[in-house]
Amino acid sequence: MAAKLSIRQLAVAVNKRLILRGVDLDVEANTIVSVIGPAHSGKTTLLRVINRLIETQRELLRSGDVLLDGTEVRRLDIDVLRRRVGLIFATPIPLPGTIFDNVAYGPRLKARLRRPRIADLVEQSLRSAALWDEVKDRLHTSALRLSGGQQQRLCIARTIAVNPEVIMLDEPTSGLDPISTAQVENTMRELKHRFTWVLVTNNVKQAARVSDRVAFFLSGELVEEGEAAQLFTTPRDKRTDDYVSGRIG
Amino acid sequence: MLVRPSVWQRVVWFLLAAMTLFTLVVLFFIIGFITSKGAHVITPEFLFGLPERMGKEGGILPTIIATIWISVLAIVIATPIGVGSAVYLCEYTRESALTRVIRFGADALAGVPSIIFGLFGFILFVVQFRMGWSLLAGGLTLTFMILPTIIRTSEEAIRAVPYNLREVSYSLGGAKSQTIARVVLPNALPGILTGVILGMGRSVAETAATIFTAGSSLLIPRSLFDPARTMAVHFYILAREGLSMERAYGTALMLIVSILLINVVAYSLMFRLTKKMR
Repeated sequence: MAAKLSIRQLAVAVNKRLILRGVDLDVEANTIVSVIGPAHSGKTTLLRVINRLIETQRELLRSGDVLLDGTEVRRLDIDVLRRRVGLIFATPIPLPGTIFDNVAYGPRLKARLRRPRIADLVEQSLRSAALWDEVKDRLHTSALRLSGGQQQRLCIARTIAVNPEVIMLDEPTSGLDPISTAQVENTMRELKHRFTWVLVTNNVKQAARVSDRVAFFLSGELVEEGEAAQLFTTPRDKRTDDYVSGRIG
Repeated sequence: MLVRPSVWQRVVWFLLAAMTLFTLVVLFFIIGFITSKGAHVITPEFLFGLPERMGKEGGILPTIIATIWISVLAIVIATPIGVGSAVYLCEYTRESALTRVIRFGADALAGVPSIIFGLFGFILFVVQFRMGWSLLAGGLTLTFMILPTIIRTSEEAIRAVPYNLREVSYSLGGAKSQTIARVVLPNALPGILTGVILGMGRSVAETAATIFTAGSSLLIPRSLFDPARTMAVHFYILAREGLSMERAYGTALMLIVSILLINVVAYSLMFRLTKKMR
């Protein structure tokens, strides 16, 4: 079966600095793939190349292919691509407005939906992100009043509401407490049957907890990619070993 | 000698408090002075009556009507143009020599004395476009005058909207125009409104530019092409010609009250609009 996301010989330079150097990576559908590596190894850039947020950069050079279901992402309509591939940021960023409006933002961009239809969608999305029970009585209050962990789950619900195929998360739990982190990880596991997950994380233990496969990046290079169990116990590359065992990073 | 931090802290607090107090005292002195001199002439006949004997007697109704028309005209034309320019400058151009020239031009224009705008409006609208002294010529002149203020304050407000809110919208499939309409502008609204209120205040209070372009007729204007006298001009003429000092103060008081009203209405409107966002 062809991979959901297929990256071939991807090289990216921004402002004349090479950030990704010839990356090959396949992401199978309905798996959780973690991308780990120290700061400045190109993890975030990888995500932003996939959903083309990187294109706001002025001096951008890109070679190689990024294929979504076999189609180069640059040949897809940008809004279609971004609906198919969602992105969750490191810090939860609720839009100023109510909880309801946040979740409904994406669907309302596409079509004028009837109120009951939207309400339904909002409820489903919040349930999927395991946030419904906590917020169902205050859907029409400001999202900015939620706790950090709740805000991040709200962001996940907001992404789910546009029904993407792939959800990418950029260090989504870096500012969260252990309980909120566990909730986010649970959400990923429970929704594996619906989405393909790409998780960028600084936290090796988190990668070990949730991933099916892991890719280790260092200075813009994909050093090693493999099944989580294998990569963490018997890494093939010395540098991977150093990183996962905590000797560098 | 080193001053102890706690002593220094008290000194700074005292200085800052004194400065704030000074501002408030001056403000209340001016308002109090004008109120004490002008309050007793304010009666229903003064507000809703027609002026008699050049304003020595009677009311100021025509000047109230003229002020409303001219300011509303200026705001209604200047706001969309100003906000549109600000959106263009912030969202659709990259920083370049051109945008710097535009910004410099707007700043320079904001500092031009209003009498220059008056002269410009007189030559362009009154004479060249044959509008004569009229509400329309006055309103258009004030539009030019307040436009730079609205552009620059809107620009600051739009720039202050965090970039990552735009990225959230993009990453949910939002097009640029949708992102601007649904994320950027709503979040910039308080700042934009501040600029609009500033512009409204300036146009209500303007004398030099309107006397040149709208004239000083004391009749109630029946159309946009009629000449008219604003409250500020009326105040100026009453005082300058020595017609009636107490009526001048009464008019001044009404000016202050109207500016206060504009602020109260605008801010309560803003409060209601942004309630859901907090």
